[in-house]
Amino acid sequence: MIQLLAFYLFAAVVCVSGALTILSRNPVHSVLWLILAFFNAAGLMVLANAEFIAMLLVIVYVGAVAVLFLFVVMMLNIDFAELRAGVMKYAAVGFALAIALVAEILIAVGAYSAGTLQLGRRIAPIDTKVPNIEAIGQLLYSRYLFVFEGAGLVLLVAMIGAIVLTLRPRTDVKPQKISRQVQRRAKDATRNVNQPVGQGVEL
Amino acid sequence: MTSWFTYLGLPFGLAWFVATLIDILVIALPLMLAVAMVIYVDRKIWAAMALRRGPNVVGPLGLLQSFADGLKVFLQETIIPSGANKTLFLLGPIITFTVALIVWAVVPFQFGVVLANINVGLLYVLAASSLGVYGIILAGWASNSKYPFYSAIRAAAQMVSYEVSIGFVLISIVLWTGSFNMTDIVEHQKGHVLGIFNFYALNPLLFPMAVVFFISSLAETQRAPFDLTEAESELVAGYQTEYSSMAFALFWLGEYGNVLLMSALNATLFWGGYLPPLDIPILYWIPGIIWLLLKISFGFFLFSWVKATVPRYRYDQLMRLGWKIFLPLSLLFVFLVSGYLMLTRVGVPA
Repeated sequence: MIQLLAFYLFAAVVCVSGALTILSRNPVHSVLWLILAFFNAAGLMVLANAEFIAMLLVIVYVGAVAVLFLFVVMMLNIDFAELRAGVMKYAAVGFALAIALVAEILIAVGAYSAGTLQLGRRIAPIDTKVPNIEAIGQLLYSRYLFVFEGAGLVLLVAMIGAIVLTLRPRTDVKPQKISRQVQRRAKDATRNVNQPVGQGVEL
Repeated sequence: MTSWFTYLGLPFGLAWFVATLIDILVIALPLMLAVAMVIYVDRKIWAAMALRRGPNVVGPLGLLQSFADGLKVFLQETIIPSGANKTLFLLGPIITFTVALIVWAVVPFQFGVVLANINVGLLYVLAASSLGVYGIILAGWASNSKYPFYSAIRAAAQMVSYEVSIGFVLISIVLWTGSFNMTDIVEHQKGHVLGIFNFYALNPLLFPMAVVFFISSLAETQRAPFDLTEAESELVAGYQTEYSSMAFALFWLGEYGNVLLMSALNATLFWGGYLPPLDIPILYWIPGIIWLLLKISFGFFLFSWVKATVPRYRYDQLMRLGWKIFLPLSLLFVFLVSGYLMLTRVGVPA
């Protein structure tokens, strides 16, 4: 009973906030609605006994990705009039996309009601006594080890690519070298002079 | 307590609901009181280190100072700037305060005395603490004012940066324990070092991680020397500039609640949580919650000590420390810890 209530609550909030993400005028509000949607999706995951995925969803999407979204969107200077001017130009494309999506949903529902594919059973059934994390770990580090490491490699390459794209060596600045600053001693930088009265110090 | 309510004749669902509600209040109300007292203690320690008296007028030894401040703030007018985004402006402090409270759900106060003894306890801590940044970002943006906005952007960058190294530190702990459950982590520290010390922190492979975690928790809570988000010489009061009355008080409560929480996490993850410091039977006669409170108090003292002694970092130094020192260091120790464990625990289930 309470599970059902919780499910409908989370599901309804996900749907509503998802809709408001694309409907709200202010992009910052959009990101905030998106965060609410992520959060409630995590709630749905908890209901499905996938607490590990739920926590990862919150940590990765809400805690890191959405913060960066918000960061960027908050600093954008958006001209709403210009945004609205483009609406009619792209209306046809948008409409076509919407029809395609609705058609896909209809096909999916139709195919599902005709009988499900046995996709979900390809992995051995999960032992409910083993915690989520252990179950995922055992699969990732045995059966899917190479796929897992391959994914890691792809991410590494992507990271290096991003760094290479944004790296530009600058010769016109004087960067701080912490090690040299730490090495510097007082006697290298200062000197004591016994200066006669009335004469300036030569530097 | 659920069984007691079912004994009274309530159906199980309702009994569970009532019992959990009472448990939450039993944790949250003393916590609020503790936050009030801790603000007083913070000011006293700070004053003592600066050779001042600190608050000493309201009540005996000034003990009621925080309550007087609270009453004053409560009676003030709530001012919302006309250019502010009203909903988000009020949501900011509420999120900060709520996030400071919800993590306590997984902190074990004694063996089996924990509100939610979940398998993913440590991940829950990470998830909830990563929400804390939203309170500050929203406050800064919704204020529609320059200094709060700068502060919000600084806070976002700072918290995201230090969460990375905190994540790696927690991975070392999890590797050593073999579990994400907070109670397991505490129990695993029993006699961990030389069979007598109940600390992870004295383990040579984990001690550097304890230091990194402590410093990162200073940065996560935006305490000195990392309090760049409210650097008064540059940003007036940072994201709190436009706030007044209860909204301002909520920020304060949330901030000190977070400091207490970080002290509790330090105690739980590295200093044996509710276990006594030495694995000697006679020390177990003192209830675990007292040991935990002592450890939290000591952790809080360290926070105040640092605040009173260390000057504020510059922003680029803060980023350098987070990304160029803590990140490689904690990554290295993840390798070292897992290497050591592979060497010593091959074939042994955790």
